[in-house]
Amino acid sequence: MSDLSKNDAATKTTQGPLVVQGKLSDNERLKAASQHLRGTITEDLSDDVTGGFTADNFQLIRFHGMYQQDDRDIRGERSKQKLEPLHNVMLRARLPGGVITPKQWLVIDKFASDKTMYGSIRLTTRQTFQFHGVLKPNVKPMHQMLNSTGIDSIATAGDVNRNVLCTSNPVESQLHKEAWDWATKISEHLLPKTNAYAEIWLDGEKVESTQEDEPILGDNYLPRKFKTTVVIPPDNDVDLHANDLNFVAIAENGKLVGFNVLVGGGLAMTHGDHATFPRKADDFGFIALEDTLNVAAAVVSTQRDWGNRVNRKNAKTKYTLERVGVETFKAEVEKRAKVTFAPSKPYEFTTRGDKFGWIEGIDGKHHLTLFIENGRILDFPDKPLKTGCAEIAKIHTGDFRLTANQNLIVAGVPSDQKSIIEDIAIKHGLLAQNTSKQRKDSMACVSLPTCPLAMAEAERYLPEAVDEIENLLTKHGLDNESIIYRITGCPNGCGRAMLAEIGLVGKGPNKYNLHLGGNREGTRIPRMYKENILDTEIMSILDDLIARWAKDRLQGESFGDFVIRADIIKPVVNSAIDFYEVV
Amino acid sequence: MTQNTNNSGPLGIDSAQLSQLSQAVSGFSKEQLVWASGYLAGLSVNATGASTSATVTPISDAQGKQATLTILYGSQTGNAKHEASAFNQQLSDKGLNTKLVSMADYKPRKIKDETHLVVFVSTHGEGDAPDDAVELHEFLHSKKAPKLDKMQFAVVGLGDTSYEFFCQTGKDFEARFSALGATELAPRLDCDVDYADEIAAWSQKMTEKLVESLKPVDAVQTIASVPINTVQASQYDKQNPFAANLLTSLKITGRDSVKDIRHIEISLEDSDLQYKVGDSLGVYFLNDPQIVKRMIKATGTDASATVQVKDESMSLEKALTEKLELTLSYPGFVKAYQGVSNSKELAALLDDKAALRGFLEERQIIDIVEQFPNSISSQQLVDALRPLNPRLYSIASSQTEVEDEVHLTVAHVDYEAFGSRHQGGASGFLSTRLEEGDNINVFVENNDNFRVPSNPDTPVIMVGPGTGIAPFRAFMQERDATEAEGKNWLFFGNPSFTQDFLYQVEWQAYLKSGLLSKISLAFSRDQAHKIYVQDRILEHGKDVFEWLEQGAHFYVCGDAMHMAKDVEKALLNVIQTHGKKDETQAKQYLVDMRKAKRYQKDVY
Repeated sequence: MSDLSKNDAATKTTQGPLVVQGKLSDNERLKAASQHLRGTITEDLSDDVTGGFTADNFQLIRFHGMYQQDDRDIRGERSKQKLEPLHNVMLRARLPGGVITPKQWLVIDKFASDKTMYGSIRLTTRQTFQFHGVLKPNVKPMHQMLNSTGIDSIATAGDVNRNVLCTSNPVESQLHKEAWDWATKISEHLLPKTNAYAEIWLDGEKVESTQEDEPILGDNYLPRKFKTTVVIPPDNDVDLHANDLNFVAIAENGKLVGFNVLVGGGLAMTHGDHATFPRKADDFGFIALEDTLNVAAAVVSTQRDWGNRVNRKNAKTKYTLERVGVETFKAEVEKRAKVTFAPSKPYEFTTRGDKFGWIEGIDGKHHLTLFIENGRILDFPDKPLKTGCAEIAKIHTGDFRLTANQNLIVAGVPSDQKSIIEDIAIKHGLLAQNTSKQRKDSMACVSLPTCPLAMAEAERYLPEAVDEIENLLTKHGLDNESIIYRITGCPNGCGRAMLAEIGLVGKGPNKYNLHLGGNREGTRIPRMYKENILDTEIMSILDDLIARWAKDRLQGESFGDFVIRADIIKPVVNSAIDFYEVV
Repeated sequence: MTQNTNNSGPLGIDSAQLSQLSQAVSGFSKEQLVWASGYLAGLSVNATGASTSATVTPISDAQGKQATLTILYGSQTGNAKHEASAFNQQLSDKGLNTKLVSMADYKPRKIKDETHLVVFVSTHGEGDAPDDAVELHEFLHSKKAPKLDKMQFAVVGLGDTSYEFFCQTGKDFEARFSALGATELAPRLDCDVDYADEIAAWSQKMTEKLVESLKPVDAVQTIASVPINTVQASQYDKQNPFAANLLTSLKITGRDSVKDIRHIEISLEDSDLQYKVGDSLGVYFLNDPQIVKRMIKATGTDASATVQVKDESMSLEKALTEKLELTLSYPGFVKAYQGVSNSKELAALLDDKAALRGFLEERQIIDIVEQFPNSISSQQLVDALRPLNPRLYSIASSQTEVEDEVHLTVAHVDYEAFGSRHQGGASGFLSTRLEEGDNINVFVENNDNFRVPSNPDTPVIMVGPGTGIAPFRAFMQERDATEAEGKNWLFFGNPSFTQDFLYQVEWQAYLKSGLLSKISLAFSRDQAHKIYVQDRILEHGKDVFEWLEQGAHFYVCGDAMHMAKDVEKALLNVIQTHGKKDETQAKQYLVDMRKAKRYQKDVY
């Protein structure tokens, strides 16, 4: 399906103000008072009475790539025990395009075993890894460990440009290399320039914040989080419509020549707030390679200056576009970047999933994509996945690629190492033959017990939920089919349910909003079908709908397309207008 | 005095005063009246008001040349004090002229003037003298010790045969008195944990002897050294415990803790029990019915057999459940059990003290019996066991805060050994066998050697790792409620920050409110090398010494065997280093602190 999406929002007649006036949100105060993200984090580190961070620092550590979390399963229990919540830190590394070397892997593998409560490496939907459950005394050593192997976690959370994604395309090795280089360059270009990270975590030399400049992000940083991707069609594995800024790689003869730029995607919303909605990105047009960094900086700085700093729920780029109009925004970017967008070059998306198993690249190297359920690399009783990855890292001469689908590619394997690596993978349960297509097409966010925003189970429910979908497919004679099925624990969108054929959005314990009608390519937002219903009810609805799909589907018709054609659900065309339309 | 002479009685007490007095003591038993007489006498000593000091003649002046028996006690947990007081009472009832004094309040040089002296002293740790006795003990062993050839004496030692240096301090006193020329009134009595009967018999004999050698004087002239601010005695005590209601028994260590520490809340409602912070709560318990069954099985006895426990007849099952110690093992039991079972292995063990010690350390009584099962009679079993003793727990609450509740912090002893679960007698009872809402027999055990400073401005340093935290929770509640202005500094330690930071949220709140000025934490297992409270004391040595110089009281609660000693070593080090003193001077500094009641310990 072609994705030359039209600028629906540009047809809006009324245009809002460029800058929203009003009382700034509290996050604006704390950013301004933070002396370029320093706050009093250092003082908190030496406070051994609490495992948590206090006041503003609780938010500021996000700009350094960490979230304070606690084990929510035992929060009540600990309160009775007169113990504070089991505060710990989740760290998200900065890994542009998800590339990590075997040497780096062995370093993070050891840290995960020795110094985290859960002992796991978590692959995320943003192509990086997370440590979960790091206690405060281990936080500074963690950053020093990362630094020693050339990794940091700067700006992987907070109101900044976060880890930059890049399609995991090991086959077209040259193209991927070029695209990945740009992902890295964009990431570096948009990083905060403050010395705070080095000072706090790496014992770097102290610099006065007044002596520093933040030319792109500004002293108050961005109004809200900002996400960027580099996409290599026909793969849309990074789900570009979930991102603020997207560079769609345009190649000629296998060589990168420039990018189509798409701005203003995003999936987050707030339950009950119709001023919030998931939104697809708008196509601004084509740019030449040499304009890439300027355009990236111009989009960021325009959002910096025009984004809503009064209401955080309307602060992301997608709402800025809706308010000022796409053309106004685009014109400002052209002005700031001193470029003119050319008409977009044609491209096509055909898939979002990873290609599991071995594939051979055009350079003759081999690439093995391993399915990692929920991205959890842990030594399970029957499947020592983590040991397996470490064993591969010990002998692997290429690199690893983390995919936006939370899987792991052992990339760049010479022919003579293929069987050795395969043996290790099989031995450690990394190449399970019986993993269904449905399981590979399913995704969930982390949710409970660690995520403070979670309203319902996601990751822990997913394996069972997939079993049930599999059973329904079997029951209705659709064993060879699968549905893009995603569960997210809250409406903030980490599980990207708003680009699934069946999307569940957590509402309360065992209760979800059920969305239907996304497509396989990730270019259509699913609409809410039923609000706040029990997981059991969802399964009985799906039983009925999958039965109809089996009976009435056209040749090769996907579930998402079927429910729209069969008029079970009306498609979302322009989410700003029709997402909440009662149909 | 300028009273109305018409109505005035002796010493100018008028009829109104007399009526008030008789009203105040109406309903007193004979014993209570005697106690009150001593109490009033004590008041006279302490009185500063002109109206009383001018009218009451000091008792000591009235005693002339009649011989006085001095009863000295050196107590750690209160047992020695308890027995000394009882003995004093018994003698007073006979009209003997006695003086009951804590060794802590006794001037060592006075000992040369004593003609009749009875010492009650406990031993703790590795044969160490209790805090109260340290000064006198050292004095007697020093070159300054005087000749005591005018003195007749008797020593009662209290100890526990499960320790190697059983009653060592009592032995030390006896040896020094003899060496200094004193003569024995009676041979030394060494009391094991189950001493009640022995000491009663001894007291009886001793009293008879003393009636002959001391001429009786009026009972009213006895001074009971009761502190003036003591809480009014309750009708409930060790012999007559209160059946209190268990409100809460809650594990307060995290789910991954290696320790099981309980926060216990008990209601004292409808009792007249009052306690002060620093006191302990005595807790009676019932033995685990499973252990009782196993004891009976291993000894081939009969649960329903009638046995004699002291003067009472009851079934063996009842005796084992309610009356006899089944958890703490001790040499006396091995000896008695060997005597009736004729086990050769046990006989051999009894001959090897070191081996016996190791053997007992690892075993509860049930383990010994099950390892060496033998058919004995039910009465033989009863006779081999010692009476079940209540356990004392430092109170973790202040009545200013919790009113008629009392809180405890109890380590639940619970482990697997020899193929079965082992629990502490009382801690197992509190943690697993007693339901919330059930009754538990308790009493208050005073501990005047562990008190918050009377001056609210005095700074306080508290060292309480593990369950040693208990009394300091009470201290903080008290200092909070009384709005004491003095600074407070807590040293706490345990294995892990996330699992074992007892009462964490309360300390956080006290820090926030400013009541707690400082907290120094030592979580031993959170880093490669173990860190303990004594390490933190050394680390903060400069500040610790500064606080001491500002008059801070230094309190230690918890493990006596290792922690308290290590803390004392650290404290001496701090005094030496930061006070620029040599070792002797540092020791003297600590002695002076102890004398001024600024260094207090509640260790076990």
